[in-house]
Amino acid sequence: MLNVGKIDEGFVLDHIPAGKSMDIYRDLRLNDLDCTVAIIKNARSNKMGKKDIIKVQCPIDNMSMDILGFIDHSITVNVIQDGQIVEKRKLSLPKEIVNIIKCRNPRCITSIEQELPHIFILTDQEKRIYRCKYCEEKYNGKHRGG
Amino acid sequence: MRHLMSPLDFTVEELDHLLDLAADIERHREKYAHICDGKKLATLFYEPSTRTRLSFEAAMINLGGSVIGFSNANSSSAAKGESVSDTIRMVSCYADICAMRHPKEGAPMVAAGKSSIPVINAGDGGHQHPTQTITDLHTIRSLKGRLSNLKIGLCGDLKFGRTVHSLINALVRYEGISFVLISPEELRVPDYIREDVLAKNHVPFREVVSLEEVIGELDLLYMTRVQRERFFNEEEYIRMKDSYILDAKKMALAREDMLVLHPLPRVNEIAVEVDNDPRAAYFRQVQYGVYARMALIIILLGLEDSVC
Ligand SMILES: [Zn+2]
Repeated sequence: MLNVGKIDEGFVLDHIPAGKSMDIYRDLRLNDLDCTVAIIKNARSNKMGKKDIIKVQCPIDNMSMDILGFIDHSITVNVIQDGQIVEKRKLSLPKEIVNIIKCRNPRCITSIEQELPHIFILTDQEKRIYRCKYCEEKYNGKHRGG
Repeated sequence: MRHLMSPLDFTVEELDHLLDLAADIERHREKYAHICDGKKLATLFYEPSTRTRLSFEAAMINLGGSVIGFSNANSSSAAKGESVSDTIRMVSCYADICAMRHPKEGAPMVAAGKSSIPVINAGDGGHQHPTQTITDLHTIRSLKGRLSNLKIGLCGDLKFGRTVHSLINALVRYEGISFVLISPEELRVPDYIREDVLAKNHVPFREVVSLEEVIGELDLLYMTRVQRERFFNEEEYIRMKDSYILDAKKMALAREDMLVLHPLPRVNEIAVEVDNDPRAAYFRQVQYGVYARMALIIILLGLEDSVC
């Protein structure tokens, strides 16, 4: 495998379905961070055949990985400190999702006011239901609408 | 600062308090005639709704306040492409409280987020219309003396009827409520009302197609319009429509103390001959709506303590 240096502190996101790493890069807004990010595409995987991996070197308190719980909870989040994996973080559903998915209700105020953030609130943990903060329409699509 | 976006924004206790105040206003109007002296209500109506707007304006004027605003989007800054957020920032400088009607769902919530004055949702698309629900509750409570232990018939378009959904949501919070849902098969309440609201709160309900069969059991009948365009075909509409028209013949089957409510405007779903029946409460409902909005304005402006 292509060798990317170890990180001292940060996250290694493993088992990302091949080809999805750029979406996740965007959803986590890694672009906005002033830190080292490595994206490894099409790494060999025994389980998945091919997979993507993202390594982020950053103070671990600086970043929330919650959104991954919504995007794809099969992704493994390894938390790294002093060059060691100190935690395999369990992903749970975020309470609120901002600007990841869009409300598709044509009657929603977000359909005419482009400046508004698209905000979804987790209203039913068990059934994994998110509703638009403004119009309360249920989110029915896959991530990014497939 | 408090806004009103949905009928459920108020707890049952807060709502009781609001309805008590509305009842007191009805009894002692003079006490409240100047409580809003010098205050302004802005009615921001991005789509026309004369009935709702007049009710808000009458409420504010009854309290001694005055009213500014617009009554459709063409005459407003929205026509020039101004966002709701910008409009409310401007209006916050002119008025002390505002009522917003908007065809897009969630617009009043966007406004509330940027506003420095209380925002009342006066109807946002098919989403919420909390002052209609509060009006309905106040009417029922005033004429029945209670909001508990009632068997309530909801009749007509129960699928798309926003007022019906809000009313169900509001009433399931009281003891001893049961519903008879009267509608054509294709216009039954949506699944989420059946499962997440009625079943979840263990509220007894029945779904029936015939008004005549059940009208005799009801304490209250809430009528809504069945619109032609909701039917798959014309024949079906013609076959069904008479079953959902309330007339003197059906009223003869109802109990003597059954109340008839309707959010208005009615088209033909209640025959004019019913208007003179003492059980017809839909025009009194309009008056109760003004008292309820007066109480709401007082509470949101924090003026309760200034009553002499
Ligand atoms: Zn929406």
